[in-house]
Amino acid sequence: MKQFSKECASPSSIPRKLSTQAVVSARAAPRQIGSYAVHAMFTCGPLESPRPAELTTPVTDLFAARSQMAISLGFHIVFASIGMAMPFVMAISHWRWLRTKEPVYLDLTKAWSKGVAIFFATGAVSGTVLSFELGLLWPNFMEYAGPISGLPFAWEGTAFFLEAIALGIFLYGWNRVHPWAHWASGVVVGLSGVASALFVICANAWMNAPAGFDWVDGKPINIDPVAAMFNRAALHQGLHMTIAAFCATGYAVAGIHAIGLLKNPASAFHASAFRIAVFIGALAAVVQPLHGDRLAKQTAVLQPAKFAAMESLFRTAKGAPLTIGGIPSEETQTVRYGIEIPGLLSFLAHGDFDAVVPGLDQFPREHWPPIAVTHIAFQIMVGIGVLLAAIGAWSLFALWRRPVWLHSRKALWLFALCTPLGFIAIEAGWTVTEVGRQPWIIYGYMKTSEAVTPMPGLVYPMMGFTAVYLLLAFIVTWLLVRQFRHVG
Amino acid sequence: MLVDLIALFLAASILLYSLLAGADFGAGMLEAFVRGDRAEEERKIISHAIGPVWEANHVWLILAIVILFMGFPKAYTALSITFHIPLALMLLGVVLRGCAFAFRHYDVARDRAHLYYAAIFVLSSFLAPLMLGIVAGASLLGATSPPEAGFYAAFVRPWANLFSFAVGVFTCVLFAFLAAVYLIGETTDPPIQRIFVRRAIITNVLAILAGIAVFLAAEFDGLALARMFAGRALSLGSMIGATVLLVPLWVAVKRHRTHLARVLVAGQVALVLIGWFRLQYPIIFNSRSDPLTIYTAAAPDPALRYLLYALVVGSLIIFPALFYLLKVFKWSATQEA
Repeated sequence: MKQFSKECASPSSIPRKLSTQAVVSARAAPRQIGSYAVHAMFTCGPLESPRPAELTTPVTDLFAARSQMAISLGFHIVFASIGMAMPFVMAISHWRWLRTKEPVYLDLTKAWSKGVAIFFATGAVSGTVLSFELGLLWPNFMEYAGPISGLPFAWEGTAFFLEAIALGIFLYGWNRVHPWAHWASGVVVGLSGVASALFVICANAWMNAPAGFDWVDGKPINIDPVAAMFNRAALHQGLHMTIAAFCATGYAVAGIHAIGLLKNPASAFHASAFRIAVFIGALAAVVQPLHGDRLAKQTAVLQPAKFAAMESLFRTAKGAPLTIGGIPSEETQTVRYGIEIPGLLSFLAHGDFDAVVPGLDQFPREHWPPIAVTHIAFQIMVGIGVLLAAIGAWSLFALWRRPVWLHSRKALWLFALCTPLGFIAIEAGWTVTEVGRQPWIIYGYMKTSEAVTPMPGLVYPMMGFTAVYLLLAFIVTWLLVRQFRHVG
Repeated sequence: MLVDLIALFLAASILLYSLLAGADFGAGMLEAFVRGDRAEEERKIISHAIGPVWEANHVWLILAIVILFMGFPKAYTALSITFHIPLALMLLGVVLRGCAFAFRHYDVARDRAHLYYAAIFVLSSFLAPLMLGIVAGASLLGATSPPEAGFYAAFVRPWANLFSFAVGVFTCVLFAFLAAVYLIGETTDPPIQRIFVRRAIITNVLAILAGIAVFLAAEFDGLALARMFAGRALSLGSMIGATVLLVPLWVAVKRHRTHLARVLVAGQVALVLIGWFRLQYPIIFNSRSDPLTIYTAAAPDPALRYLLYALVVGSLIIFPALFYLLKVFKWSATQEA
């Protein structure tokens, strides 16, 4: 019996339910999930449904809390991404200014740094909101998760400190520190920004691939914060987000300066800016699909239910088809208007056209994430990713061999239209990560509904924060337009 | 032992947040009283003083919250549930203050928008410390009830009382006092210096009055604050020390020893906070039903150990960097135009 339970201890089962019979070890899980996941699913089959009656929190409060978290994350992620990538974009123009002393690069660096200052400040304060919201909205989650997966946050604190200090020196130190020390401070902003993001994503990845504790009688014991920090999902999730930040920021900046060039084709300012931004965005966009494939393969193993939802695979299949686009229905368990390519999903997930891919039928209905949202968000992300990668490959060739191509009006229009796409893909990607993990907050261990605060009336803070974030998004956009008119 | 070290880091983070970020909020509050023909200049000095440092100063709050949730998760959870409303309002203040400040500084066009930025900047500079103080006061008072007792009893009454409010006001005044003394050294222009000296005098008087009000409010809400002070030598000593330090502080201000004055006022506020910490120790959240000490709320040992490593290594990186930042912007005599 004990052996049987151990095999069932993949996330598709409910470890907590088994805790009377066996100690379920998340420390062992990394090895276990990989080798046993599919096997366990077939031997154990769908498990009984979870406790139904314990949810004292009304659905509306849970929904409000989830919405507030989603809005806060969705807002913060844009600013955090720009804060990560933009320092490196600036470092290129700053470096050229120090080397060539061409004033256009100084103007460019200064103009960009004003934008970055606004984005960084907004990112810093909206990030603070998140660190409080974890407790304000999900106290029962944090009581357990804090000690186990709090370690990356402690390191993120240091990285964020360095970032804020370096930013202060970069923004205000033009005439106060040595020019190359000043340049270096800009690079430190970027490096510590990337480090911050990687740390925070370690903590998020832990929710997808819990590790570093044993779950006994509904509580975690024997905790190991280092194992939790370096959980199996951390590396690829972190890389995926970092590359995405560079891709989205590169394309957004390129798009804005493409608009500038359409209005004023002779502007050396916009032309220099455009080339630097295209280079960064295109490079990231070309790398992203290659790495995204790795992440998808890993998700297929670590979180088969999420993977099945992403691909809308309702029925387990050998030689499973890839469904592109379409609208899945949980009721009929079919996808309408999708394009099916036979065998391709098996190949993408396991490198074999005949491999078995577990479908949603392997999971009890209560453990399904919202299928339509997850699937459509995934289609949006992948669709944009492929488009930007294609444009990126073309742009890199053009930058290398035929720079005039990039300056044709058609190319400029193309880049102008791509301005928001990278960020839409980032939002869609986070939707896949977060919605696809539902109903779990710690995959396989704790449900989101069990984590929410007992305070009623959560719809009011949700509306309040939504209003503030909408207002801030509006002001930041408006400020950028003002800034753009000023320099253009 | 491990727990005490982590608690020490928590106390240090709160202390440094108050001494550094507190002054940034205080400067924002002082801007509310900017009047007359030197108003624009005074605003500029305030902006210039906050600009390079406020984001780094702000990180102490994040550090404190991280220590709380990794080191004392039960306390973080309990505080978050009970004080959802004031904490959410504090966050609102933090977000609006930071954004309004950045927008104002970097908005290239000079028009009516700046009036709104200034108004939001000032109001949110009051809101955040007020709520922070309310939460601090309320965690000591501990007038809590479980969620079953109803919305008002569980989520409003614990902080909506005279004592918590008095501590909130005291926090605001203390931060404004800190800022006024710090700001004297931000300018070499005698008339403006005189303005900041006058503000320092007013806020100093207000701080004493607000301090007395805290004790009166404590009596009103049934908290034996005076007796708690009397029973703890360190708390009592800190309070006396803070009062005595007023003398050298004002001598330093009079003699235009602005750096010395900064150190003295920081020492004074630090003493107030140390007195408070001693009063709380070892309690984090004096919840009536379930008082949480640093020992009962502590995370398991492995979490504390790795948190300590992160904090020690982090300090070795942060402090030299922070020292460099302050050296570049706060201890150099030259003022950028």
